[in-house]
Amino acid sequence: MAQVSSIADEQVSTPLSSSKSILLRISKFNPQLDESSKFLEFTVPYEKWTTVLEAILDVKKHFDHSVAVRYSCRQATCGSCGMMINGKPKLACFTKISELDSDVVTVEPMNNFPVIRDLTVGFEKLFEKHQKIKPYLIRDDADMKSDEREFLQSPQEVEQYIQFANCIKCGLCNSACPTMATDSSFVGPQALAQAYRYVADSRDKGKDTRLNIIDESHGIWRCHFAGSCSQVCPKGVDPAMGIQFLRGYLLGFRS
Amino acid sequence: MKESTIMKIHYGTALASVGLVAVHILMRLTTGFADSLSYENVLANYQSIPYVIMLELILILLAVHGFNGLRVILLELKQGRVYEKAVSYGCVVAMIVLIGYGSRTIIMTNMGMV
Ligand code: HEM
Ligand code: SF4
Ligand code: FES
Repeated sequence: MAQVSSIADEQVSTPLSSSKSILLRISKFNPQLDESSKFLEFTVPYEKWTTVLEAILDVKKHFDHSVAVRYSCRQATCGSCGMMINGKPKLACFTKISELDSDVVTVEPMNNFPVIRDLTVGFEKLFEKHQKIKPYLIRDDADMKSDEREFLQSPQEVEQYIQFANCIKCGLCNSACPTMATDSSFVGPQALAQAYRYVADSRDKGKDTRLNIIDESHGIWRCHFAGSCSQVCPKGVDPAMGIQFLRGYLLGFRS
Repeated sequence: MKESTIMKIHYGTALASVGLVAVHILMRLTTGFADSLSYENVLANYQSIPYVIMLELILILLAVHGFNGLRVILLELKQGRVYEKAVSYGCVVAMIVLIGYGSRTIIMTNMGMV
């Protein structure tokens, strides 16, 4: 097959000779042109190690170049490739077809995000809410001069927040959150987990500022302990736990 | 009011209601179910001052809790400046009306108006 020059020249493919195959159903939707979404269906060969992202890229290479999908690192690091895979929010690069245990794999854009096209969604709101909780160290001497030492922490102090620092801003948690489905103003598990990440950092002095920001009518109290955020997080961040810790400060159980 | 203050009230009213409603149900068990709702018994209950204070407290606690819960549900259902203001004030007004209406029964009974 001739290589289309505009496609990145990458070694995507599972060999087409593979014995096993699945039916890959890809949601196609262009909000500027289409009334509603429809599914394109492709039979795609796969191996034990083939990821959903590789299958989609195979389709792009061999069948339909127009499928819109966002990805970059292919190793669960950049947070670009979140999508609904058989109804659950997952990273396409971190989900093997073999582990889905299904002959049909349906991929759709993430819930609770505006669709740009096909599998790509807009992240403006997620970033806006992330920025809102001031995701950086707040302290008067935060700007260091070149001859100063960095702020030291003990391993125990790092333990307090490091799990929450693993967030890759993939948005899967916001996509799984039942409050986010109807409350577009809700700050959301991603931003709340990051609020805790900085509050729990011994170098940070912005606790009161951040607690004030999340203590509003569409803030932390709109979490109702569903826990789906933590279930889908690919990095083990556990936003639901961070949210409960933050609530502890606001209810006076922690200081 | 800060949202955390409102939610502390929400959890507090829930906890207090559990205790008071338990007492309320135990009191109901002092007579048979049918007797409990007979005209004379209901009047007698309303005329016992300690019991009436407890009923009034349950009314206030659950009205505050219930209407704040309703406010939360409505805020999550739809967003918008005007809508959210209407929901918040509407719930406070409804809460006051319900407490007023419930209290009216108790007060009328005690003033011998029924
Ligand atoms: C006495 C027993 C009760 C307890 C322990 C209790 C406890 C709670 C708690 C903890 C919440 C917050 C849930 C959350 O944030 O996810 C809540 C919400 C709510 N409660 Fe109650 N409640 C009780 C009785 C009632 C009654 C009798 C009513 C109706 C008048 C009521 C109406 C509501 C509503 C409408 C909500 C909002 C829904 C929600 O946030 O999930 N509750 N309740
Ligand atoms: S908390 Fe987890 S699911 Fe949410 S954005 Fe961060 S990495 Fe993704
Ligand atoms: S491509 Fe980077 S997380 Fe999947």
